[in-house]
Amino acid sequence: MNKRLLWRKIVNKVMLSLTGLCTLVAVSALFFILGYLLYYGGRSLDWNFFTQLPKPPGETGGGMANAIVGSAEIVAMAALIGLPVGFLAGVYLAEFEDRTGFAASVRYVADLLNGIPSIVIGLLAWGLLVAPMKGFSALSGSIALAVMLIPVVSRQTEQFLREVPNSLREGALALGASKWKMIATVVVPAGSKGILTGMILGVARIAGEAAPLLFTAFNNQFWGQGITQPTASLPVMIYTHAISPFEDWHRQAWAAGLVLILMVLFSNIAARLVLARGVSVPRA
Amino acid sequence: MAAPLTVDTVVAKQPAQTGDIVARLVVLFFAATILCVTAVLVWQLWGSSAPSRHQFGLTFLWSSEWNPNTQQFGALPFIYGTVLTSALALLISVPLGVGSAIFLSELAPAGLSNALTFLIELLAAIPSVIYGLLAIFTVVPLMRSYIEPFLKDTLGFLPFFKGYALGVGFLTAGVVLSIMTIPFIISVSREALLAVPREQREAALALGATRWETTWQVVVPYARLGIFGSVFLALARALGETMAVTMVIGNDPKISASLLAPGYSIAAIIANEFSEATGQVYISALVELGLVLFLLTVIINGFARIMIMATTKKGTKRT
Repeated sequence: MNKRLLWRKIVNKVMLSLTGLCTLVAVSALFFILGYLLYYGGRSLDWNFFTQLPKPPGETGGGMANAIVGSAEIVAMAALIGLPVGFLAGVYLAEFEDRTGFAASVRYVADLLNGIPSIVIGLLAWGLLVAPMKGFSALSGSIALAVMLIPVVSRQTEQFLREVPNSLREGALALGASKWKMIATVVVPAGSKGILTGMILGVARIAGEAAPLLFTAFNNQFWGQGITQPTASLPVMIYTHAISPFEDWHRQAWAAGLVLILMVLFSNIAARLVLARGVSVPRA
Repeated sequence: MAAPLTVDTVVAKQPAQTGDIVARLVVLFFAATILCVTAVLVWQLWGSSAPSRHQFGLTFLWSSEWNPNTQQFGALPFIYGTVLTSALALLISVPLGVGSAIFLSELAPAGLSNALTFLIELLAAIPSVIYGLLAIFTVVPLMRSYIEPFLKDTLGFLPFFKGYALGVGFLTAGVVLSIMTIPFIISVSREALLAVPREQREAALALGATRWETTWQVVVPYARLGIFGSVFLALARALGETMAVTMVIGNDPKISASLLAPGYSIAAIIANEFSEATGQVYISALVELGLVLFLLTVIINGFARIMIMATTKKGTKRT
């Protein structure tokens, strides 16, 4: 074998092994993160975490019951606003596109909105609700999260509706269904698995957001007093506890981190593996 | 000849029904809300930043003084920190991400590739604040005790590695951001590589190229626009990333050549100071920083979309 060929073969083996190494590094990051959270979070998690209010700075004990309820409240309101809007906009994009170019511009702007940093979305909700109402509120946090949810849900709904074969539409029309009946009873049910997957992934994503809540829902050491008052949430609690100087707050932050990651990963795995079996999930 | 019978022509031939008209109006309304929300966002950023824009004008962008006490606000340290940390992140995540994408699309069998891609997409689903939590308690001590002293000892003669090993700073933020951006690079690059027609690979192999030469000289150049697109997408994410950066960058509005020094980013200062800011000019200066960040990400995202669209529009078959 001549030297040149040998060299090429060596380069081939080395570079191909390096790409494998890159993948190993990337995937192991996930296991490092999960391992650390399970170890530190698992040690820190106790029953009080789910039932008690946070203790004042420096004192030990307490939990984050208010933040768990607050997060659920904020995310549920965001989903209530964002999911229907996103879904219906997606139906428009997939089924009602005409030649005016309006759909194309909605699609473009939705992608643009999806790429805007969450902290900037927080500024929008602050300007719309916090500044005029002169106070932080759970509602303003929900609006911020809903704005993040809408573009994701609309684009995924569109994509899954487009994957529904045209023969189904033709069948419905041939049986005499009007267009909206065809969409409501044939097209949407056919794409429902994928659409639901997209919705779950979207909600899981906003549930972990802290940045847009910092100056909208803000934080609260006590139980929430309704949707027009400052409300605690798990991601913001993790942030404030992690950067605090108190040992016991760090413990609480790990526990909260574990709870949050389990919720996010569980919904992701459930959505991708169980619900979306055989459906290709597009990227958010 | 009459128009071919498709769903659209059939529907067009039917007499318009009230139900259809109502349905169209309803979905049109919700589609239009996407445009409205975005318009309100731009209007809001522009309007709320007015006091700061009028007072400082364009000097806001290159003034490096940030002092709420004297009401002097300049964006330069924050733009510097945002761009520097994002660039550092890409320096690490582009080779790692493209390398992984090559492995996943060219070498790994389909089953393994899909399983690994699934795990990598889970990495993208982890909330930013969790990355920050882990970074504070694992990456920061590691940087402070081992990596930064090592860099100072070996490369300390360069201006980039001077100063104290604090653990927090540009370098740490860059490292954390690189882990966060890898999933975006991998999944978009992998798609672009998978879209390269099989014949391209077969032709190169038939000419006697090794597997690596085929990949590097034929497949990767063919998919280059998609790969560039993934890099821009990751850059846009890195620029706007808030929580993790805020927790490890050190929060000091200074422009330092040293990567070990603490700094600040646009997203981090908004996260830290916005809820406590008082006074019209202070608040509007923070909103104007948000406007700068908005424009940066819109431009970068625009580039990314054009490039990714160009690869998929070439008409290549997807596998």
